[in-house]
Amino acid sequence: MSQNPQETPVPAKTLLANLAANAYSDAWEAKKRGEKVGWCASNFPQELTTTLGVKVVYPENQAAAIAAKGGGLGHCEHAEGLGYSNDICAYARINLAFMDRQSCEEMNMPMPDFVLCCNNICNCMIKWYESISRELNIPFILLDVPYNSEFETDDDTLEYMWAQFQYAVKQLEEITGKKWSEKRFKEVRDISLRTSRAWLKAAGYCQCEPSPLNGFDLFNHMAVAVCARGTVEAAEAFEKLAEEYAQAAKEGASTYKGEQKFRILFEGIACWPYLRATSAPLKENGVNVTATVYATAFGFLYDDNPLSMMRAYTHVPNAISVERAARMRIDVGRRNKIDGAVIHNNRSCKLWSGIMPEIDRRIQAELKIPTVTFDGDQADPRNFSEEQYKTRIQALVEVMTENKKGKKQ
Amino acid sequence: MPVLLTLGADLGSTASKCVIMQDGRKIAAQTTIPVGAGTSGPSRAIAESLAACGKNLADMHMVCATGYGRHSMTDAHMEVSELSCHARGAFFLFPKARTVIDIGGQDAKVLRLSGGRLNNFVMNDKCAAGTGRFLEVMAKVLEVETADLAEWGAQSTAPVSISSTCTVFAESEVISHLAVAADRRDIIAGIHKSVAHRVAGLVRRVGAEPLVIMTGGVARNAGVRLELEAAIATPISVSPLAQFNGALGAALLAHDRLLQQL
Ligand code: SF4
Repeated sequence: MSQNPQETPVPAKTLLANLAANAYSDAWEAKKRGEKVGWCASNFPQELTTTLGVKVVYPENQAAAIAAKGGGLGHCEHAEGLGYSNDICAYARINLAFMDRQSCEEMNMPMPDFVLCCNNICNCMIKWYESISRELNIPFILLDVPYNSEFETDDDTLEYMWAQFQYAVKQLEEITGKKWSEKRFKEVRDISLRTSRAWLKAAGYCQCEPSPLNGFDLFNHMAVAVCARGTVEAAEAFEKLAEEYAQAAKEGASTYKGEQKFRILFEGIACWPYLRATSAPLKENGVNVTATVYATAFGFLYDDNPLSMMRAYTHVPNAISVERAARMRIDVGRRNKIDGAVIHNNRSCKLWSGIMPEIDRRIQAELKIPTVTFDGDQADPRNFSEEQYKTRIQALVEVMTENKKGKKQ
Repeated sequence: MPVLLTLGADLGSTASKCVIMQDGRKIAAQTTIPVGAGTSGPSRAIAESLAACGKNLADMHMVCATGYGRHSMTDAHMEVSELSCHARGAFFLFPKARTVIDIGGQDAKVLRLSGGRLNNFVMNDKCAAGTGRFLEVMAKVLEVETADLAEWGAQSTAPVSISSTCTVFAESEVISHLAVAADRRDIIAGIHKSVAHRVAGLVRRVGAEPLVIMTGGVARNAGVRLELEAAIATPISVSPLAQFNGALGAALLAHDRLLQQL
């Protein structure tokens, strides 16, 4: 990061916002230069495209942005008109609508020359990307990650994934005409690791009391962790973010405005169409989100062995056993000292929501805290009731208040 | 010390209920109007309660609003969620209560009490299955008054099975039973079973620790209550004031607040 010492330092927040925007402008420019550009699943090992210098954009990311800007309903309805069931994930519906229309008011991205799919988040992804591949008649590259019902991932799975990764290198070389370099691969892994560590460090400041950050900030910053993890700029921006949080923690300052009376786990993907409606009742009651699984989800840690990198990609939230999923929440909840949990029963993401009743039970049993579940959807605005949400939050706050009184007595 | 008067208003989705209490011990008035938040119900319920004990709103030392319409009651000094109100009301009516099942107009909830305080709760998801609204829709299709459902269901000899939880699907299931001339009493008994089973699922998540009590309008329906008792294998107590429990709890919490302020 070349910064003139005389200039006022750019806050990490701005750096990160610029990086997220650059990821898309870089793809547009590559497209203009005649390079092949892809659409990529959020948890596909980005080390592949970054090493090759191939530009990709992320449909899940774009769908979240479209939904946050109020375009969810129009896109979902368009996809349903094309024959896609409204039971399908809203990210998929939004993206399939965009694929059909090829542009939208909320956020455009270049059309793909290939798709990169990785089902370590869900199998809906496979059919969704297959549809794109068929409709647009473009290559479909899949990295298949079998669902793991065990706590650890076995070596056979890792070998299987690594073989596919190597095959995907060949496929992408052929499609894009770019050449693989082992030296560059090593560099990219080192940078990605640095970024992941910085991201985890920054998110780790949620442990402080008061937390120097509003937990919802992580939902925004995450975009860079998804789409630019392999770049030095992302590593530097997250390192800066961590420094800022460290300083704020020292001073007792926070991006959360107001007194932090309660600390909670916000479980699940954000309700993008209702960000304000879901965050305001928390804010009004002095509730800060100090725990989310996202914090750890995009911190991919591995060593020099490629199988270790593959293992990291089997530990994303939707690819893991109930035991590991529960552990993830309970550990972050305990570390970050939560008083309660708000669980998003997300109609779009069946895999994530399907295990929630059991995770909820285990969180309550181990952490002895109240939890509340609300119905919603990450991107389809038809599946959320603001009034029901408010009542649940208010009741949760009342229980947390009583619990605190009880502890003091 | 002067008599402390507190008013609790439970402005629900299908009915408005109001309770006025003296010194947090005696119920001075109670009213229910069968229309809820956003209608004339809330102001009528409050006016009738005040008239019943010859008081004005200004005579109330503390007013607490609860229910879906709680935010719109500008005269209220405090707002509390219906969950805490039901917990408080239940503790007043049954000091030994540990589990409260409340089936209201558009939601069903199960509360766990500990030392009279709300300790934990679960609520139904967004759909209307297992709520008062579900029963109302079915009563309409069957051309029976909601209040008479229990009596009809009690006469059933062979309850039909209603397998859909979705209100719209269950409605068409009922219509198809009617089309093959099934006995209305058997259909109603089947509906009670369906509501009870849905709510029993929620109860199991919190645990049916005795004493289990049932509140809310649907508590008056003995058919649902008996089916629920069978489904959770635990007796359920119901107070004649079940329907007022939320408003009662609100009036009591208002009184608690007054005492804190003294
Ligand atoms: S179903 Fe869940 S994991 Fe799959 S694409 Fe949608 S949000 Fe992502």
